[in-house]
Amino acid sequence: MSDSTLNVKIRTSGHRSWIRQHAVSLAFLAPAAIWMLFIVIYPTIDTIRLSLFNESATKFLGLTNYKTVFSTDTILTAFRNNVIWVLIFPFFVTTLGLIFAVLTERIRWATAFKALIVMPIVFSTTASALVWATIFDNSPHIGAVNAAVLTVSDWFNPPGAYPVSAASGQTVASLVGGNAHSEKGNSIISNSSARAGGMINIGLEDVSPTTLALLKAQDAVKPQPISGAITGVVWRAFSPSDPTNKTDILPSELGLPLVRLSLVNSQGASVATTTTTTNGQYIFSNVGTGSYFVELVSSNFSAGFTGISWLGGSSITPVSGLGQTEQALLSVPLADMAMIIAYLWIWAGFAMVLIGAGLASLNREVLEAARIDGAKEWQVFRKVTVPMLAPVLAVVFVTMIINVLKVFDIVLNMASGASVNATPTLAVEIYNDGFTGGVHSGVSSAIAVILFLLVLPAMIMNLKRIKGV
Amino acid sequence: MTITQAKETTMRRHKLRRLLPARGPSNIVLGFVAIVWLVPTVSLLVISLRPEADFGVSGWWKALLAPASLTFSNYHVLFSQGFVAGGLLDSLMTSIEITVPATLLVVFFACFAGHSLVFGRWRGRDVVFLTVVGLMVVPVQVALIPVVQFYRELGNLFGLNPYGTIPGVIIFHVAFGLPFGIFLMRNFMSGIPNDLLEAARMEGAGEWKVFYRIVLPLALPALASLAIFQFIWVWNDLLVALVFLGGNAHTPLTVFLYDQNHELQANYWIISTGAIVSVIVPLIVFFSFQRYFVRGVLAGAVK
Repeated sequence: MSDSTLNVKIRTSGHRSWIRQHAVSLAFLAPAAIWMLFIVIYPTIDTIRLSLFNESATKFLGLTNYKTVFSTDTILTAFRNNVIWVLIFPFFVTTLGLIFAVLTERIRWATAFKALIVMPIVFSTTASALVWATIFDNSPHIGAVNAAVLTVSDWFNPPGAYPVSAASGQTVASLVGGNAHSEKGNSIISNSSARAGGMINIGLEDVSPTTLALLKAQDAVKPQPISGAITGVVWRAFSPSDPTNKTDILPSELGLPLVRLSLVNSQGASVATTTTTTNGQYIFSNVGTGSYFVELVSSNFSAGFTGISWLGGSSITPVSGLGQTEQALLSVPLADMAMIIAYLWIWAGFAMVLIGAGLASLNREVLEAARIDGAKEWQVFRKVTVPMLAPVLAVVFVTMIINVLKVFDIVLNMASGASVNATPTLAVEIYNDGFTGGVHSGVSSAIAVILFLLVLPAMIMNLKRIKGV
Repeated sequence: MTITQAKETTMRRHKLRRLLPARGPSNIVLGFVAIVWLVPTVSLLVISLRPEADFGVSGWWKALLAPASLTFSNYHVLFSQGFVAGGLLDSLMTSIEITVPATLLVVFFACFAGHSLVFGRWRGRDVVFLTVVGLMVVPVQVALIPVVQFYRELGNLFGLNPYGTIPGVIIFHVAFGLPFGIFLMRNFMSGIPNDLLEAARMEGAGEWKVFYRIVLPLALPALASLAIFQFIWVWNDLLVALVFLGGNAHTPLTVFLYDQNHELQANYWIISTGAIVSVIVPLIVFFSFQRYFVRGVLAGAVK
């Protein structure tokens, strides 16, 4: 009894003197320690408690919130997206950083190049995300990527002069005005037929005035018959003064320029082709015997390739026939890829700087020795440089895993329309569940705890690495 | 050509190739990469300089062929609004109001703590340091809700609720900036020879004097790295401001951009102009102190 009292006494007095002895030093630490205790350490522990309570933290629920997490499709979607990010991003950013770091050693303008690649790190991810959202925009008049894709695809599959936009509900049949019908839904053929010396006029409607202005269309003129030839006009059979008249060519109705026509015989075979002039006229000369129809071939109405909806909700893996939960787990949104590309633009500089520093500290003699022994550059890279850089590559890789586990700004700002539901990550879900329409703690805290558990291995690795130093 | 001459040329060529392996292709590849890397920044700048009506009608790259069509009118319109709540200038001011104190506080406290951890003689310093290293990777998301509730509790107890206020944002940023700050300062300060301090102590200098006369001047490079890092980190934060300024009329630039994109009609002339304004400050910091920034990147590869 007396022994333990003595003990306590000694310990307290020792304690006091310990504090007194180190008071100044501890005072130096105090502001930071108190600050972190209240705003980092205590809240982290409190989140675990909150994850076991209901939304308003008033009722103990046990593990119910965790069950909700693993049975809610939107949250499973978030898990899936984190997996996609972790599998793709760290690998590619490390590879890019390695390539840049190795190649910059061989150019004279390395300083400028490095500054340029590192620059996006200092931009806010919000600003970068908004820029990349425009780069991936659907419209070729906004999005540079789709503009490039369309330019290339137009070489191989050019759109017609009168593209029909299926997206806005337009069909080839809806263009038919007077004296024609649509054939198989993609070309237009005249109702009347003609022999040599005859005429066939075809009226279209629903052609946009903007298109005609671009094509510099002139007023439609009824052509004269020419012996031995079939002539006619293709025009816009719509006049505000007489909107129901589809058969007569009225003043100020425009001819349709550049319409590709085909002369079709009674067997349905094309025997000649021509193109209309700026006032919509055409001539098929030297027509043989028999009667013929005129066809407006389908390529006139081809919309061509309309671009890729990068930030839409589409998946790059097949999802048809899958249930909602399976889709949440298995689909891979194209928008994730667009976001990953944007994120590579931001972080490749970071990887390059770290790997470049590792490269600078390599023993050059080993590389020289390999070259003198006759190793090719690629072999030196594969067999000597990369293995020697392994530790720094690992640091970059792990850092980037931690980074993308927490990925938030880029997703929140790049997602729009259908991709809002397809692309959320855990960090986005924590925000959505916890902070939209007031503060709700339960499920959001449970996701936060899981996110914390996911970064825990990285934390332990850091501790081991630093303890070892 | 004599045999020796020929031999010399081949030798020289050989030597050249070994010193500068595959120079041509590297230039081409990296030249291409540089152009790709420039595109987003250039596009942002060009869009912000184009008339509002041109957006969506023709691609920004068309303006490169007609530079005369570029104008500062978007900037003029947004700046002439003055400091109205929710406007661009007001957001710029709010960003500064948040970032400057949050940076200064972290720099001061991290320096103090680093000094204590390196030159203090108390036991348990290593445990504290390892805790700090562990805290570096704690996701911000883990602390948000409890801190919101902690702030409300402060409001109940003292009538001062930092939730929804700028100090509330600053307090949070300082807390999450400290682990990296302490890590950086501690590592740098452990390179300062203890003899210097002992000499000063022998002459009767107190701990405070030792700190600001000897340690602080020597730690300036690390201090610069930390200041730049923390500045850029806080300046670019969206999440913390979004959570802790909910309902406040004054928001930093990142929230301004987020709101323009989400709540309002996504007016891209405002977004692009605002984005350029938000990017200019960290760019100036980056190009002025590039060396320190890169040092910070190398030192803090774990954040």
